[in-house]
Order: sequence, then C-alpha cells, then structure tokens
Amino acid sequence: MKAIEPLIFELSRSGRAATAQYPPASVAVIPEQFQRRARPVLPEVSELQAVRHYTRLSQMNFSIDTQFYPLGSCTMKYNPKVCNSLAMLPEFLGRHPLAPVSTGQGFMACMFELQEMLKAVTGMAGVSLTPMAGAQGEFTGVAMIRAYHRARGDLARNEIIVPDAAHGTNPATATMCGMKIREIASLPDGDVDLAALDAVLSPATAGIMLTNPCTLGVFERRIVEIERRVHAAGGLLYYDGANLNAILGKVLPGVMGFDVIHMNLHKTFSTPHGGGGPGSGAVGVGKRLLPYMPVPVVGRDGEHYRWLDERDLPQSIGRLSGFMGNAGVLLRAYVYMRILGAEGMERVAEFSTLNANYLMARLREAGFDAAYPDRRASHEFIITLRRQAHELGVTAMDFAKRLLDYGYHAPTTYFPLLVPECLLIEPTETETREELDGFADAMAAIQREAVADAAMVKAAPYTLPVRRLDDVRAAKQLDVAWKPARD
Amino acid sequence: MLDRIGAASIDELFDEIPKALRVDSLPGVPVALSEMEVARLVAARAATDGRPLNFIGAGAYEHHIPAPVWALTTRGEIYSAYTPYQAEASQGTLQIMYEFQSMIAGLTAMDVSNASLYDGASALAEACLMAVRAHRRSKSARILVPTTVNPTWRNVARVITEGQGLVLEELPYCTEQGTTIPQALARYDGQDITALVIQQPNFFGQLEDVDALSRWARANGALIIAAVNPVALALLAPPGEWGDDGADIACGEAQPFGVPLSSGGPYVGFMATRMPHVRQMPGRIAGRTVDLDGKPGFTLTLQAREQHIRRGKATSNICTNQGLLMTAATIYLSLLGPVGLERVASACVARTCELVSALSGLRGVRAAFAGPRFHEAVLLLDRPVAPVLESLAAGGIIGGHDLSRDYPELGHALLVCATETRTSEDIGAYAQTLDRVLGR
Repeated sequence: MKAIEPLIFELSRSGRAATAQYPPASVAVIPEQFQRRARPVLPEVSELQAVRHYTRLSQMNFSIDTQFYPLGSCTMKYNPKVCNSLAMLPEFLGRHPLAPVSTGQGFMACMFELQEMLKAVTGMAGVSLTPMAGAQGEFTGVAMIRAYHRARGDLARNEIIVPDAAHGTNPATATMCGMKIREIASLPDGDVDLAALDAVLSPATAGIMLTNPCTLGVFERRIVEIERRVHAAGGLLYYDGANLNAILGKVLPGVMGFDVIHMNLHKTFSTPHGGGGPGSGAVGVGKRLLPYMPVPVVGRDGEHYRWLDERDLPQSIGRLSGFMGNAGVLLRAYVYMRILGAEGMERVAEFSTLNANYLMARLREAGFDAAYPDRRASHEFIITLRRQAHELGVTAMDFAKRLLDYGYHAPTTYFPLLVPECLLIEPTETETREELDGFADAMAAIQREAVADAAMVKAAPYTLPVRRLDDVRAAKQLDVAWKPARD
Repeated sequence: MLDRIGAASIDELFDEIPKALRVDSLPGVPVALSEMEVARLVAARAATDGRPLNFIGAGAYEHHIPAPVWALTTRGEIYSAYTPYQAEASQGTLQIMYEFQSMIAGLTAMDVSNASLYDGASALAEACLMAVRAHRRSKSARILVPTTVNPTWRNVARVITEGQGLVLEELPYCTEQGTTIPQALARYDGQDITALVIQQPNFFGQLEDVDALSRWARANGALIIAAVNPVALALLAPPGEWGDDGADIACGEAQPFGVPLSSGGPYVGFMATRMPHVRQMPGRIAGRTVDLDGKPGFTLTLQAREQHIRRGKATSNICTNQGLLMTAATIYLSLLGPVGLERVASACVARTCELVSALSGLRGVRAAFAGPRFHEAVLLLDRPVAPVLESLAAGGIIGGHDLSRDYPELGHALLVCATETRTSEDIGAYAQTLDRVLGR
C-alpha cells in the first residue's frame, strides 16, 4: 500500500533545487586529504515541493491548536501566540550568545526579571535558567545535592529516595548522577508511606525526589512530616516541578521545605512542546544550595546586567549547555508570566484544578472508576479501566486509540505504572466546559461501543492517516534511516 | 461546575493542602499586562540590543535561514504538538523525525541517527557515556579529549559524566598549527582507553588530521567519537570514513541548519552511530513500520532504551528533546539540498579566508595558525582583546570571541568567523573599524 505522504527523498529529482536559497558561488580551497569524496544523500526538491510536503505532514498531527490534548503530566495548555512573536523579534534571534553583554542589556533585563518572578512563585532563594529540559533540571538538582554533601565531607551519602509513582526521569537521573535508588511505595490513598520512608532513611541518604501534587493526581498531605524526617536524617528534598501548574500561587515549594526545584517552563509557563521539545528546566534553590548553582546566572550591578560565571560562583557544579540554556524558550515564558501577572498565576491553579475535578466528576457519573475516588483531584486525575479490561477485554490503550477517532488526543496511558489500565487525564485551565463535556461524552460513547462491539473498539482508530502500527515489527526489522536503492 | 463536583467554592478544592503552607498572594510577581503593553515593553528591550554585525562563531553560527523554515515550523500543528506517544495522531512529527535521522545518517556516513539531543555540548557528554556502555572490554572509563575541543563542551561533558566515574583526560595541541599533535597520543599506547574525541573542524576552526588520530584509536582499542560541524560535512570527509573504518559515534550541533543564534538556544544536538551500537544510543528514534492494513507508517522505536520504560536502567534520563529545532533543520536541509549545502560550506571557507586576509593585513594583527581551516580562525592582537571587542561593539561590530581565558598560552587571541552571510562590504567595515580602534 502507498503511504499517505511520500518521504521527501522520494520526491527528489537529480538537479532540482530551490536555487533562491543558494549563496553566490565561491571557490573554497580544502586540501584533498580532508575532502569528502561523494556528495551526501540529501533531497533535491523545489521550494514549493518542500512547503507542500511539510504542510501536509503537519496536517497529520494532533496538536493543542487543533484538538483537546489532555495528556496527563504534560500540561498541554494553550501557548499564547504573542509569546512566540515577541521571542522571535529579529534583535533577539540575531543575538550571538557570546556577544558583549553591553549589546544585550534588553535581553538580559528580561532574563533577570524572569529569574526574579520564578523565585517569587517557588519561594526559592536563587534561580538558574540554564537547564534545557525537565530531565536536565533534575540532573542539575541531584548534582547540586551531591556537591553539597561532598563539600561537607559527607561522602557516604549516595542514595536517592524515589516514590514508586515518580516519572521515569527521576530514577534515570539519580543513576546518571552516580546515586543508588531507594524506591518507596505509595499508600492506597496515594500519599507516601511514612513507614516505608523511615525504613530507607539512613546516613547514606543524599535526598528524596518528590513530585507534589504527585503523578497520581493528589496532593501529598503529609509533606511537612516528610520534610522533617528527611532533613533530620541529613538528606535534602528535591521538588520535581512537573505538576507546579496545580499549585501556582497557592503553596510554594520553598515554604514546603524543598531545597531544590526544577520547573518545566514548557508545562507551567506554556512554552510550546514543539513535537517533543524544546523544553526548559530552570532550577530554583534554597540557601543551602546557592553556591552550587550551574552557571551562567544573570546578575545585576546597579543598572547593568551581566553573566555570573565560575569566578562569581566558584563552587558551581559547572555548565550544562553550550551557552546559557534555551534562551528563546525563556523569553516565551517571560512574556507569558508578564501577561498573566500575579492574579493570573493563581487563576492557573484554580481553573486547572476546577477543570480536573469537574471532568473527574463527569466521568464518574458516566460510570468510570477514579483511581483515588476519596481524594481531591489536583490538576490531573487517574481513571482505571481495570474493570473494562477484565469484563470486556477492552484496555486503556483501546480507549485511548478510539478517543482519537472522536477527535481527542488520548490521555497519558499506563503511567503511573502502579495503577493498572490507567488513563492520566490533565485537562488544563485553558479548556472550556463544553470541551470537557464533549470529552466525557466521547468516553461514555466508547464505553457503550465496548459493550456492544469490543472488537470494533480494539481495532481503532479508523479515521486517522494510519491505523494501529506494528511496534514489534518496528523494533525487530529496524528501519530508521532512508537509503537510496542500489542498482 | 462546582455543583457537579459537590464543592461550595474553588478554594474548597485546595482543602487537602495543609493550611499553614498556603499563601494568599505572590508579591514578587508584577501585575498583569495586556498584549499591547507587553509587546511595547519587549519590543523596546529588543530595540536596545539592536542588530550589530556579527563575526563570532565559537559553537553558534549565523547562516541565512530560508523563509519557509520558520513559516512551516511555527504552524500550530507542529509547534503545539508533543512527543509522538500516540503514533496514529502524530504521523507528521514521526515522519519528520525519520527524515531528519536519514539526513544526519547521510551527512555523517553513519548507519543510524537519533531524533535530537539538547545541544552539541550535551550531545558530546552523552556520546562519552554511550562509549563507556558500548565498549564492554574497556574497564577504565578514560576518554581522551584534545584541548582543541570546544572548552564549554568539555566543561559540560565533565559535569554530566563525572557522577558515573568517567575520567576525561586532556590532550595538548601544537601552538604553531592549532591542531592536536598525533605524537601526543604515544604516551597512551597500549593503555586501556575507552574512547578518543576528535572535533572537526576544531574549536580554532583548524582541520585536524582525523585519519591519523582515528588510526591510533583503532590500533589501541579505543572507540572514536567524532564531534563535527554539520555544514562542514558538505566539504569534509564524514566521520563514517575517517581512518580505515570510520568513527563509532558522531555527534554535534545542528544549529547551523536553520536555527537562529537566539542568544544561545534552543539549538539542536545530534548523534549518529553504527548499527551494532544502536541499543546504547540515548534519545528518541522513529522507525518505519506498517499498520494493520499493511500501509507504511512511523512509530517511536527501541523505546526499551528510554527512561519511561527502563527508569533507573535507561541509557539516559533525556525525555523532552529539541523536536521543533529538529523540524527546522530538516526543512532547511530539504531546501538547500546537497548542492546548496555545498555552496554554503564553500562560501563559509571563502568568506573566512577573505576576513583573515583583511584583518591580518592590519598593523598589530596576525593569524595565529597556518594550515587548513573551515570557517573560523584565531588572530593574535598586540594588546588585550576584551577592550578591543568593547570598542568594536560600540562601532556596531561584534568582533569575535576572546580566547584569553580558555587559552592563556596563546596571548591576546581572538577567534573570528565569517559565514556566507558576511559580504565583502561587511568584512571591509570590520577591517576599517578595527584599524581605527587599534590606531588609537
């Protein structure tokens, strides 16, 4: 069968070109021993062909601009257009990162104010903007915790405690930092099991990584007890900011006692997800970790902004990116925060929480099982389709795929791993009540379809460019790069 | 909505948060601005910075960006989508990933590429970690890194790898040629070295003898990590052909492909390798497969390497990558094609050659190194570089990158760059301004 849109390589014809994009011809002298022998295989197409091809490919995507996208833990809210247009002003785009700061004071002023606003919304003492995504922010946090203990000569602390509901990035990060992982269970009500925590706390404890509200969609009610116990054991507390959206302006991680936090600016502060990035994982630190922040950080001397580097922060863990992080993403977050202002920040938490609790109530009325029915939803919640899987043979993945036919992006499936057949649903604050109602109605309709014709639901979707894909074949008969046919 | 929930107020929805922890306001956040107000504020800030003429490279390069690149990349269907976990609803993103992987594999002459890492610096760090995983016989985790490799990339690689016990050892360079001395490797003959990093062109813009360095690595059982400028690959031998049988891992920064300088990011790291090492590679990979009807389609593959499946045993903690910039790079390469990219690379070499001639003809300026280079060069001044750069900036010229902190042994060294975007008039303006600055 034919693909719906050929590969750009299949559109290619030798000698065809978008010649308006060529610079004037020039002669470059490169000694023969360094030269490439054959031209690389790249497509040869006209400008219109390229424009049509990538426009058509874009039309094969679901996106926030076209569909409700309730992907739990990803905070797929509307990305205001002005954030993009201002970040793409030519002066910002053209600025070389190593240009003298005297020629970048306007940009630096935005970055400095962004640092200050992020400190205010997290209650932390310092912020570094350099980490380029949430996982790199996590790495930064754990690396700072490691540096802190080492600077005190406390070399035995090499364990990081991670609840079983945590994102996979948490244990992966701890491993990258050379730490051992101590996983602890959650209680049936979704809170951390304090007895399990006590059992793993020891002189080897470097710290704990917590997401609060956690990925089970509930706020950790005993956070004060956890903070006391971990600090008493000599460990530090790391706040995974994946769900910061849920508590913006309501409670500050710094007040909860966290020593370090990363923020996913592409979630809470609405910078675009871009089909898988870029993100930004800015970190905030409490007083204890201030000396270890990654550089560079924007500093202010009177009216003049400059980069603080290794000379200003000699105990810094060092650098994480080629320059200073994802500046264009940071500019978008800056504009977003200025548009929202303080009142807007609180509305984020209020309306995202209202939307989540409303949608959970609607789905429960429709007969779906909430994983934590006795708890408030934070800005996201879990329903479990264990009953449907058992009685009808229709799984969470089947519901997810069928939702696509109804024009809704699927929620996060099979995460967190400890809830069977789960859908993690995060509607965000930017959706209308009508949109939430439409989603609840679609779920109810799929439930009826599952009862009437399970096989039909299990083979969904039907209305997308492709039907269900063979993932096993993809991994076994690996085809990950196009190669020209040889004759 | 509250009735449906059974709550009296929105505030009640937050009743599981301990009261003592609650805050009522955010005093450090200013009041909201309208779109009109914020646009005026930010545009004024941008205007302060202006648009000076840039002659810095040092890891980020100013190239012409065809108009379609960002017109397409900022389409909502691309810009506001996320990681293609639901393949059927993400065929556009997945096919672009596959096309990007194919282009990077072709340019580097490697078998397989991932669909981006954060940037060139972190890609080098990931390449070092991957080499340790891939080279099972080597127990040392020692990686040789020439000092001609971008100093910030070396710093990032150290920060990211030290927790796992990697040891990055520096190799000296020849101060006449500005390249790594192959004989400097002799003291490591027969030792357990996991990998050798080779940057081409190197941080000074000079061309390394990649064949000699690769042959030493092969002969001594070390893997070869190539860090390459992808524009240069239009003219220079690709990593897959270095030495007798090519490099094992190729990585670098794909920012030159359609991504603006933008004060340092977001950029787009890339990584490619040989098929036997594919399961040790970090990052997302799109694969071509078929659907239930046998129709071709794309999906994320080899996900068992990744953190959302393997958690603490994953190849990396990377989750979000640089998808949007990967898209820009793919569209850029489609528009330029093999001939256009060669034209860009040739123009870079020619413009830099012209720049070096123009500047080294001035009193108090000379080129530091002989030997072939790509699109950067080190100049030696007769006085400290920083004040000269400030004076040039006052004249609207961003004159280059001061090397005196990272390479004090070179003296008053300045790294300059000219891509295809710098005209003879631009170069003339730089020479004239520099002459004036140095004359005073």
